[in-house]
Amino acid sequence: MSPSTAMWLLPWLVFVPLIGAGVAASAPRLRRGVALLAGSVNLGLIALLTWTVAAHDPVDLALSGWAPPVGIALRLDAWAAAFLLMTALVGLAVSWFATGPQAATARGSEGFWTLWLLLLAGLNAVYLTADLFNTYVALELITVAAVGLVALGGRASWSAALRYLFVAVLGSLLVLMAVALAYAQTGTLQISQAVQHDLGVPVAATVLASAGLALKAALVPLHGWLPPAHAGAPTAVSPLMSALVVKASFYVLWRWWSAAPPESLPLPAGTALGVLGGVAILWGSWQALRQDHLKRVIAYSTVAQVGYFFLVFPLLASDAQSARLAASGVVIFAVAHGLAKAAMFLAAGALMYQHGTDALSALRGAVGRAPVPTLTLAIAGVSLAGLPPTLAFAGKWQLLRASLEVGHWWWFAVILLGGLLTCGYVARVLRILFTAEHNENTHSENTSDEHTNDEHTNDDADHHPTRPPVPRRMAWAGMCLALLVLLGGFTAVPLIELLDASPLEQSVLEVSP
Amino acid sequence: MSRLDLMLGLGALLFALGAVRLLLVDDLLRRVVCLNIAGSGVFLVLLTLAVRDPDTPPDPVLQALVLTGIVIAVSVTALALVLIRRLDASAEDRKAASADPAAGGER
Repeated sequence: MSPSTAMWLLPWLVFVPLIGAGVAASAPRLRRGVALLAGSVNLGLIALLTWTVAAHDPVDLALSGWAPPVGIALRLDAWAAAFLLMTALVGLAVSWFATGPQAATARGSEGFWTLWLLLLAGLNAVYLTADLFNTYVALELITVAAVGLVALGGRASWSAALRYLFVAVLGSLLVLMAVALAYAQTGTLQISQAVQHDLGVPVAATVLASAGLALKAALVPLHGWLPPAHAGAPTAVSPLMSALVVKASFYVLWRWWSAAPPESLPLPAGTALGVLGGVAILWGSWQALRQDHLKRVIAYSTVAQVGYFFLVFPLLASDAQSARLAASGVVIFAVAHGLAKAAMFLAAGALMYQHGTDALSALRGAVGRAPVPTLTLAIAGVSLAGLPPTLAFAGKWQLLRASLEVGHWWWFAVILLGGLLTCGYVARVLRILFTAEHNENTHSENTSDEHTNDEHTNDDADHHPTRPPVPRRMAWAGMCLALLVLLGGFTAVPLIELLDASPLEQSVLEVSP
Repeated sequence: MSRLDLMLGLGALLFALGAVRLLLVDDLLRRVVCLNIAGSGVFLVLLTLAVRDPDTPPDPVLQALVLTGIVIAVSVTALALVLIRRLDASAEDRKAASADPAAGGER
């Protein structure tokens, strides 16, 4: 497909989910079908566009011929395509997971479909937009949809949703202030022009944007809101939050930093973000080791993995070659994290459906009852730890090379130690899932458990409470994602080549009206 | 210090006051008010930045940003208020269920 045809497909990545959300809100009976259809069309469009971007140059479009700053400029390059593809794959798998009749509690309410399609429109808009103000609007669309999704978890999740709302809007206000400062200083709203101006990078704006987006991406010590919101949300919402919503804020910050020439970036700010990232890796992993509920383990693991993303900023501000290595490394790592984290939350959702709770003590020996979700957790956990041959390994390898090239061996140490801790908390969960419950002790422990959570397991007073089998699509939706990230390791080399062929510095320049 | 610098400083101060109070206070309704105060601070900064020079007309792009920002602030406030009402209603339900007439209103 030629770039001139591809250009006209760009706005449909936002329109299709928006139209879907409208239909889902007005025609309740069509909801599931519309969500699946919109998700499939979205994936098809992105596959087609990615193909075009891989063969040609990036695709640009100024909507209805209006040039920025008045008009809306869209741009798709290989970097954006990687994030769009990850979003589409995760979204479709989660939609498939949530369609089953047994998934009613996993969805929370039927409003799930409308809110999810709104969220998808916002995510696609963030990845596609070429100007800073639309980025702000799209981030707010994501916030509103995400808060609604978390609140579907019922009474217990309302205060977590509210806390998330306050934090996310505060972050957005900082971003808005940064956008205005950058505009006032440079006279443009286009990301690359704003940060590559003759006067140099607007430092105050960069610092404000970094603070706001770090808050929205839950960088330690601003991470307190994440575990309750991500773990308290319904099981079909948690993967969307952890795999996708966090990525959008990180993507904007990454785009902002990587569009500028490395030597003009404020290195102290980059180092500060990197140090906080390192602390996040260690603190998040340590907390993940100590949780006694599966979903909270996975949520704290997100806090730790977000730390890895922020290690890129000191490397981006060093020299051009290691900046490129780090840029492609972190994008591959983020995509791999999205797929693996969604797989883990879907597997946790399947186990929760079967056991009525995600308390690790109740999940003992789950491998016999739910082999596919347990295996999904194992594969996704290995990917998360970045062991070869998974996709995350390729990303981590690039980051390691970049840190050695700059001569900052301490990032190297943090990355390896974080990987070890990740193996630790994954292994701890797997050990519990693989340990059979057969002796007297586990029995008595089990029954006392049922007394405390009797709202969940009210079905049987028997020694062996009947647990429903995991529906096939609940089990396999997560498995598909886990296999993707495992096999994705073999596509890492062409993927890196594709990203390396895409310019970073001029990424969002010159949009022809 | 010119009048514009004063306005910029006031905007930043308003934002800082709202943001710090938002993070420190527990009462949910107050937090909504703080969020709006912080928002007003940001809007004040934006409007001041639009007036680069008192003699020329202000920059319409920044004013458009403020308008959009206000619309977003209103919708986010509405969403927050709905959640707070629900939380309050469920707290009252629970109070009624535990049949404790001695307790007064929520606030």
